[in-house]
Amino acid sequence: MGILITLLVAVAVAVALLQVVPLLVYGERKISAWIQDRDGPNRVHLTIKGVPIMPKGLMQPLADAIKLMFKEDMVPTKADRFLFMLAPVIAVVPNAAAFCVIPFGDNWVIASMGLDVNLQVSNANAGILVTLALSSLAVYALAFGGWAANSKFPLMGGLRATAQIISYEIALGLALISVLLTAGTLDLQEIVHQQAHNFTDWNMFKQPLAFFILLVAAFAENNRLPFDLPEAESELVGGYHTEYSGLKFSMFFMGEYLAMVSMSGVIVTLFMGGWSLPGIIDPGSLSFFHGPATVLCFVVKMAAVLFFYIWVRWTLPRFRYDQLMNIGWKKLIPLALLNIGVTALVLAS
Amino acid sequence: MADLKATGLTSKGKIPTEPFGDRAISFEPEPGLGEGRMILNFGPQHPATHGTLRLSLELEGEIIVSAKPDIGFLHTGFEKLGENRNYNQFITVTDRMNYMSAMSNNVGFALAVEELLEIEVPPRAQAIRLIMAELSRISDHILCVGLQGMDLGAFSVMLWSFIQREKLYDVFELTSGGRLTTSYTRVGGLAYDLPDGIIPRIKAFLAKVPEIIDEVEYMLSHNRIFIDRTQGIGVLTKENAISYGVTGPMARAAGVDHDLRRDRPYMGYQNYDFDVPVKTEGDAYARYEVRVQEMRESLKILDQALDNLPSGPVNCLGGKVRLPGKDEVYTKMESLIHHFILSMPGHGLETPKGEIYHATESPNGELGWFLVGDGTSIPYRARVRPPSFYNYSAIRTMIEGKPLADIVSVLGSLNVIAGELDR
Repeated sequence: MGILITLLVAVAVAVALLQVVPLLVYGERKISAWIQDRDGPNRVHLTIKGVPIMPKGLMQPLADAIKLMFKEDMVPTKADRFLFMLAPVIAVVPNAAAFCVIPFGDNWVIASMGLDVNLQVSNANAGILVTLALSSLAVYALAFGGWAANSKFPLMGGLRATAQIISYEIALGLALISVLLTAGTLDLQEIVHQQAHNFTDWNMFKQPLAFFILLVAAFAENNRLPFDLPEAESELVGGYHTEYSGLKFSMFFMGEYLAMVSMSGVIVTLFMGGWSLPGIIDPGSLSFFHGPATVLCFVVKMAAVLFFYIWVRWTLPRFRYDQLMNIGWKKLIPLALLNIGVTALVLAS
Repeated sequence: MADLKATGLTSKGKIPTEPFGDRAISFEPEPGLGEGRMILNFGPQHPATHGTLRLSLELEGEIIVSAKPDIGFLHTGFEKLGENRNYNQFITVTDRMNYMSAMSNNVGFALAVEELLEIEVPPRAQAIRLIMAELSRISDHILCVGLQGMDLGAFSVMLWSFIQREKLYDVFELTSGGRLTTSYTRVGGLAYDLPDGIIPRIKAFLAKVPEIIDEVEYMLSHNRIFIDRTQGIGVLTKENAISYGVTGPMARAAGVDHDLRRDRPYMGYQNYDFDVPVKTEGDAYARYEVRVQEMRESLKILDQALDNLPSGPVNCLGGKVRLPGKDEVYTKMESLIHHFILSMPGHGLETPKGEIYHATESPNGELGWFLVGDGTSIPYRARVRPPSFYNYSAIRTMIEGKPLADIVSVLGSLNVIAGELDR
């Protein structure tokens, strides 16, 4: 029975993640349209026998997906075919898998059926390390994609991606360490429980510097503007995915959004109290509605982080490669180290 | 090649191998091209070129060792067209050279032909032309500033300025009937007088411009990333600016205090009160700032011009240059004759023999027209001095030895219009 429930949760999460991507694409297009005084997608809709099922514009992601599927799937003649095929897969799978250890809700007690559902795919005791490991695997997608196409712009994009993600991974890891020091555990459910009782317990307020560093590093990790140098549309024409088309291109696209979703899940869990809302949604309730309420709370918080991603994306210009490296190595990493030192000192005293 | 000769396609027999001789830029790799370098073809199809430019770059990592600009991908034969069209027909061609500020080109060409004919248009026509030229300066700069942001990734700024430009194009559409290709001027006057109710419309637009400039400045001028990407990037020294013949905002950003509107006034610019912004840094940021300030100066000029718009005719009277009015054609013999002379094939507006060079300050710099009249209605030679050509020629000095990403920043600040560059 326990295995069956875990399986059900895993399938539900996988399906939900795949649905989040089109929604996020729609959201990005709509939000960018608001920022830019445009209307955004407002045509594609679903009406059956005069009954509007989906309002105007909401079917746009589906139309986009169908369009991409029917595009010619080209492989450059001199490409390394195996790596060229592999790269889009790596772009999607680890980024989606990184979500598996994130607790997106409290234990859901369904008394009538005598069930106690753990709203987390896997409660690995080294949870956060799994997320980090999986999300850093995604760099292979960019490196392989850039290398395999045997073309110059993708190659440069791939090289930039490798250097950028490795450098910012360090800052990301260091920022996490200081949080883990205060938490004293790697168990993500436990970290959420620690933050559940008071807003002031949120790590966002207890570790503001670590929060800031993690946020910056997360943007770099996910190749979002102002750190989207591996893509750099106006310089590298699209960077590592210049030579990709059709479904393979859309998989890179999906991978980027999944990475954003996973990363915002980490941010919410570690810094913003996860699924809890102090005073309103407290852990340990036995009510039937407790489970769905925690999930809703988590989704709303994640949506806020994702909105911030999109907001920044459409506001700021992009860094230059050497400036990016300077910020990573000369600013963020020393700051993160300092933060760890201070945290350790405060904890020891 | 042998096959071609066999089919007789090369009737001249000899295929020129080096058409430009010593002046040709070799696109072969330099002899010293070692393992660590690669040739990168930047353009002609590239999002940052806003047209069709090609740069053959030799890269060492991300650093540009040498850059070889290659132009001619948008060559349209405009100058040759000038030798086959009469003066008024050529005005439609001038739109297409600089499609970012078509009005300014219309005005420049009409002024050049009028100088060849030694006529002067009535004051109202002059004032309207000046208004249109300044509006087109705003339309060019407002988009250029936005595009400079877009090239660096700040996409929203570009769209904000784009919306304003569309509103300005509404004004152009009301005046001339065309949004992008206006063809508004005629030799000896204008195609039409201003329509009713346009002045409040222009004023309403001008009231919005400072807001959008402030918004753009808010998003870019104080943005650390934008400053880092533009300050000290693509530096053009004053000496280089002069020796390459660079003009316009680029030259003024490099410390060359030169503006034809002030230094050699035409269309009555001397009657208006405005400043010429000059910077000395010569980098991409200085160019951006000069453009922003020039828009503010243009607003000043426009305010004065709109308030003191003279009344009267907009065409030279007498019927020698512009078609006489219908009431005269139907009632006066002379006017009927003029009408036929001007509109019949083989006749038309005849210029005296002679040559003229007339330059105006277009948004990009000195836009010069060299016209040779041979006594017929068609110029013997119509040569353009496009500012973009000279501005673009200096790009090598600005990007060699710099990272690849700087090209985008520099190209955005050059505002190269490919149609004008290649003609």
